[in-house]
Amino acid sequence: MSEFDASNRAPTGTALRDDLKVIAELIDSGTRVLDIGCGDGELLQYLTNERDVDGRGLEISQARVRECVSRGLSVIQGDADDDLRHYPDQAFDFVVLTLTLQATRRPHEVVSELVRIGKRAIVTFPNFAYWRVRWELMLHGRMPVTETLKDNWYETPNIHLCTIRDFEKLCRNFSLTIEKRQYLSHDGTPQRIQGSGVWANLFGEQGLFLLRRS
Amino acid sequence: MSFGPDAPLRLDSGLELSEFTLAFQSYGELNADKNNAILVCHALTGDQYVAGTHPTTGKPGWWISLVGPGKPLDTDRYFILCVNVIGGCMGSTGPKEINPATGKAWGLTFPVITVADMVRAQVRVLDHLGIDQLFSVMGGSMGGMQALEWAVSYPERVYTTVPIATAARHSAQNIAFHEVGRQAIMADPNWMEGDYLSRGGNPRAGLSVARMSAHITYLSEPALKRKFGRKLQDREHLTFGFDADFQVESYLRHQGFTFVDRFDANSYLYITRAMDYFDIAAEHDGRLANAFKDTPVRFCVISFTSDWLFPTKESRDIVRALNAEAANVSFVEVESDKGHDAFLLDEPEFHTTLQGFLDGAANRKGLKKP
Repeated sequence: MSEFDASNRAPTGTALRDDLKVIAELIDSGTRVLDIGCGDGELLQYLTNERDVDGRGLEISQARVRECVSRGLSVIQGDADDDLRHYPDQAFDFVVLTLTLQATRRPHEVVSELVRIGKRAIVTFPNFAYWRVRWELMLHGRMPVTETLKDNWYETPNIHLCTIRDFEKLCRNFSLTIEKRQYLSHDGTPQRIQGSGVWANLFGEQGLFLLRRS
Repeated sequence: MSFGPDAPLRLDSGLELSEFTLAFQSYGELNADKNNAILVCHALTGDQYVAGTHPTTGKPGWWISLVGPGKPLDTDRYFILCVNVIGGCMGSTGPKEINPATGKAWGLTFPVITVADMVRAQVRVLDHLGIDQLFSVMGGSMGGMQALEWAVSYPERVYTTVPIATAARHSAQNIAFHEVGRQAIMADPNWMEGDYLSRGGNPRAGLSVARMSAHITYLSEPALKRKFGRKLQDREHLTFGFDADFQVESYLRHQGFTFVDRFDANSYLYITRAMDYFDIAAEHDGRLANAFKDTPVRFCVISFTSDWLFPTKESRDIVRALNAEAANVSFVEVESDKGHDAFLLDEPEFHTTLQGFLDGAANRKGLKKP
């Protein structure tokens, strides 16, 4: 039997995960969207149903791809490192990469692919300079395990963690325009932090960036 | 359904068939808008008997697990159509039928046909039925080739397509296997240079060997191991002879033996040739993506992990070409140890995927739920 049961599927129109809600707010109706690492297709389903979006997904887990396609979503099995280069320039209005960048082999190349194939890119990632992360390392001298970074060092898929400041620098190096930056707590609710200074780097738990080519 | 000399079928070879017949089966009802039709394309040795009972073998149709009320290809919602390919031997014009010009069986005087010719012939059936656009066209193996050909050559007449366990071109390995099969047929003295029907012969041994060798390619090593292993057939010990000692031998012999009762050897030559010639990229300046430029068709590409005849890589090539044109595509590789034949078998993951894709597309298209 398949790994999921069709009858247990989340009905359409259910509440979105909080971070996805924030992302959905950034996406205009009727646009073409590619969700990279789309998981079980929650965001795509919402955007398709509620925003009339022409949505596509890329997902590394075969089981989740099957689940998405069974829900009527257009999703293919693949990963950000290998498959983005096959897409043409500016093919999508929005390209979304949620909490996946840190798990890619070449994050800098992935980011440049995002803004190549998408007119706008939405990227979220855990901030490794978040105070709890620093605290874990400084006080206990151990690799941080937090609510956002849940896995032990030996089993984590996160191989390229970065901080808000690192990401800002990457964007500068690639001459990317940051149209919007927002900080989210581990459960995806927006934090009341502005700008990109020391404060944001210390207290922003996840970074959310809306990017485009300059 | 017969087509007269007023509208001959132009073939890729440059020849024409001035009169031809196409045999087909349908299941379910065509709705008033004529927008609920699914064309199922059969594979090399398949035929139009998708569901119901096969008239020659008495066995259930080859996709009985998928086609019927409440099944993924729901006959309460869709009108399912399957046409025996041109060149086939289940009622459509092919080498075993009579050439009206000579009054004799066509045999090797039948023109070489291609997958595009098969599709061109199917278009005539749709025109006759007044179906402007198929809700979906799908099939496995050679059926998948036809489904791709449909999407590439008649994109405006296809809403969705599901190419399953297939490729955009026939690989060298697959051509090689086909050549073994053809040589087996042609090496049989009863083949009589292809003229066996007029001269009262039948290359049973040759066709049977062709089927046996091909059948191995439809399975997988794990499936053979699970099914037969080294188990002996109705005996306790090896017989130190060339009788079918092993179950796997007996099984293959049976496959070959029963096949010749329902299939024409020349048809086998023609249809394998059509598959060998299939190469979509070649017709589009060597770049597969060119074939999908601005395609409005929604694709759902499906492959199986243990299929080594049409491995997942072939499907992935199709998907990447579609991505290069930002086409609407879903792609699922189904876990199965049953080899290429998995597309014919009861694979729940495959069925759920197909059902989900079709349901999603049908809702978008506004097709009434049963």
